[in-house]
Amino acid sequence: MSTVAHSEVLAAEQGTSLWQDAWRRLRKNRLALFGLWVLVFFVLIAIFTPWLAPYAHDAQNLDLGASPPSAAHWLGTDIFGRDLLTQIMYGGRISLAVGFVATAVALVIGVTWGAVAGYVGGRVDAVMMRLVDILYALPFMIFIVLLMVVFGRNLLLLFLAIGAVEWLTMARIMRGQVQSLRQQEFVEAAISLGLSPATIVRRHLVPNALGPIIVYTTLTIPSVMLLEAFLSFLGLGVQPPATSWGLLISYGAETMEEYPWLLIFPGVALTLTLFALNFLGDGLRDALDVRGSGD
Amino acid sequence: MALLSVRDLQVDFTTRNGRVTAVNKISFDVESGKITAIIGESGSGKSVACYSLLGLLPTPPASVESGTAVFEGRDLLAMSEAQLREIRGRDIAMIFQDPMTCLNPYMTVGDQLIEPLVYHRKVSKAAARERALELLAEVGLRDPAATIDQYPHQFSGGMRQRVMIAMALINEPKLLIADEPTTALDVTIQAQILELVAELQRKRDIGVIFISHDLSVVADIADEIVVMEKGHLVERGDRAAIFEQAQHPYTRKLLDAIPAGSKAVSSEVREDLITVSHLCTWFGQGRGKEPLRAVDDVSFTIQRGEVLGLVGESGSGKSTIGRSLLRLVPVTSGEVLFDGTDVTGLEGVALKHMRRRMQMIFQDPYASLNPRMSVYDTLAEPLLLHDIESRRTVEQGVLKLMDDVGLARAFVRKYPHEFSGGQRQRIAIGRALATRPEFVVADEPVSALDVTIQAQILDLMLDLGREYGLTMLFVSHDLAVVRHIADRILVLYKGKVVEQGTGEALFERPQQEYTRQLLQSIPGRALLA
Repeated sequence: MSTVAHSEVLAAEQGTSLWQDAWRRLRKNRLALFGLWVLVFFVLIAIFTPWLAPYAHDAQNLDLGASPPSAAHWLGTDIFGRDLLTQIMYGGRISLAVGFVATAVALVIGVTWGAVAGYVGGRVDAVMMRLVDILYALPFMIFIVLLMVVFGRNLLLLFLAIGAVEWLTMARIMRGQVQSLRQQEFVEAAISLGLSPATIVRRHLVPNALGPIIVYTTLTIPSVMLLEAFLSFLGLGVQPPATSWGLLISYGAETMEEYPWLLIFPGVALTLTLFALNFLGDGLRDALDVRGSGD
Repeated sequence: MALLSVRDLQVDFTTRNGRVTAVNKISFDVESGKITAIIGESGSGKSVACYSLLGLLPTPPASVESGTAVFEGRDLLAMSEAQLREIRGRDIAMIFQDPMTCLNPYMTVGDQLIEPLVYHRKVSKAAARERALELLAEVGLRDPAATIDQYPHQFSGGMRQRVMIAMALINEPKLLIADEPTTALDVTIQAQILELVAELQRKRDIGVIFISHDLSVVADIADEIVVMEKGHLVERGDRAAIFEQAQHPYTRKLLDAIPAGSKAVSSEVREDLITVSHLCTWFGQGRGKEPLRAVDDVSFTIQRGEVLGLVGESGSGKSTIGRSLLRLVPVTSGEVLFDGTDVTGLEGVALKHMRRRMQMIFQDPYASLNPRMSVYDTLAEPLLLHDIESRRTVEQGVLKLMDDVGLARAFVRKYPHEFSGGQRQRIAIGRALATRPEFVVADEPVSALDVTIQAQILDLMLDLGREYGLTMLFVSHDLAVVRHIADRILVLYKGKVVEQGTGEALFERPQQEYTRQLLQSIPGRALLA
């Protein structure tokens, strides 16, 4: 909104918004910060994998077979002689993408759904939330398995399917937040200014309800990644030659006794990411919880 | 020999921004059989001083740096926690502002009363119950035998405060510390509680420390008055000395801030801007149940340029009337004509245009501003929404509003949590004025503020009212404030209008019993009249 070029307003000392305040508190939390950096590191690697990976994605060396870590292959190779580090890097691309995209899908649907239900209230709210209850009651693994079987294994479909599962809790949290916020006087003030309901929800309610949502989001990403790993493990997720951490772990598990590194390294990558996200989520909860009390 | 004698008490707090001295070398005495009032605004250290005596402050961040507090020959500040626990609740008892948060909602009132007796005095349960019943009768609870086994939520606010007082008295303390015990109560209830405290103190010959932000509250009951400002004790003396010959400028400022006198009556006859006829706002309480008649068949008019005061106790429907006029709650029946248009039936664009012409100022400046929007965003929003300023000129519009409500321009990019209560209320007033409204509903706009700030905000509202040519509906529970600002006053009781008239007529010649009762409840009326 503030689009003034030369101005007294811009010259004025800027206040500390609640977001900046939360960031300041988060920065003091070493564990959360560590989580954040690990995550940023993994995401950067995932983005630049095609340039960084030591070997081509599909390069095989059948003569070599499965070999333990060595100077040429830092994390060893799988039974087809493919470099495991390369595989993990490419797998990370898929796993992280599923985690972030599916969560984003869940976020958009959940926040919108919850905010509308919470703000409008009454019958609309009752119908919308009963729908959520019904969806909750469906066994979602079976739903996803069916989708995969009927439509074939498609990465986009996987994103959408997982997103469609995860938005329910998001919607409930959002609705609760909005319901308590709409009793506040600043919302009444916005109504009496004549703002439209859509603007009130967008400008006044959603930004104030976002704290718990952000925290929940950081905890949703790991559960989505686990879901993907589980589906891939079942053979329903990502299709070879594309790979994901879940798929790598599944192969690793099959040959765990002869070639343990094939299970350990992908497992470590997944675990580290999940830890990082959980630490970050924890830190965010602490940082966002304190309501502008200055300490 | 004083019952409690405090010397050079200093309490510091360690905060993120370094050490802050909350109480700075204060000394005062509390005599047996006298009420000592400690007066100060929020942040003056009045509560901190008293809490530190009983070891009730969390340490850290608080620390008692120096001082002595001799109570019956022993220094409270030098005692161990175990020794203090013996004294707390037995020799020194406290009552607090909000009785609901101090009573355990899962225990009956009787059990809570008996507990300290059994713990401190080691008497039998039956004897303790006898004692509890006597006390409840003494603090004026109707039919103690029937109510002793009820839970706190079954009592009204005033009755709960009586229970709290009974709890404080059960071990026959020698000193009673009352921290703003009437602030959360209605005026008529407040008057009763003040009378009760004074009566009990006389009868039992105990010492009382009465903490309050409001000088007028203690005007009738205090023997000694201690005035605190920003941790310092600025003045102390007996009641007459403080009220009649206050020496310190801050004390005089507090006295001046007490709203007094009526607004001059203007004889000018103006057109009616708002005509309310047979307004009913009922809230459904579920199927088959009788609806709550918050506003029940109310009719009145407001002339253009007039300030109409709406007075009543909690539950009288005064806030609901204001919200009904602005269409913030659905109206059940009746008509609200605003400049000839019935507001109750408006929808869509017509409603939006009407909203521009009528605005609201809310009670709690901490809840009425969006915490995530800066002053600039808050004030620019209505200006842009109603095309009062274009994107190019909006900045000047915002700065002009800030000038009008007395906020420094340098604060334009600050957020609500960086302001004090009074400054926030100025922002809220600026937002209400941004749409250039003709009519403003002010719902208890000063009751959450300190007295001196309250006076500033009232003056600001009167000035801006004249400057903007505003018509105002001023809702308040505080008769003195309303008398100060309103041309005419409407008295409400249980959703109905009991009486109306000019401030002077109402105060001098009240016609109805309820109005008379309300007027008699104004604290300090004898001294301040």
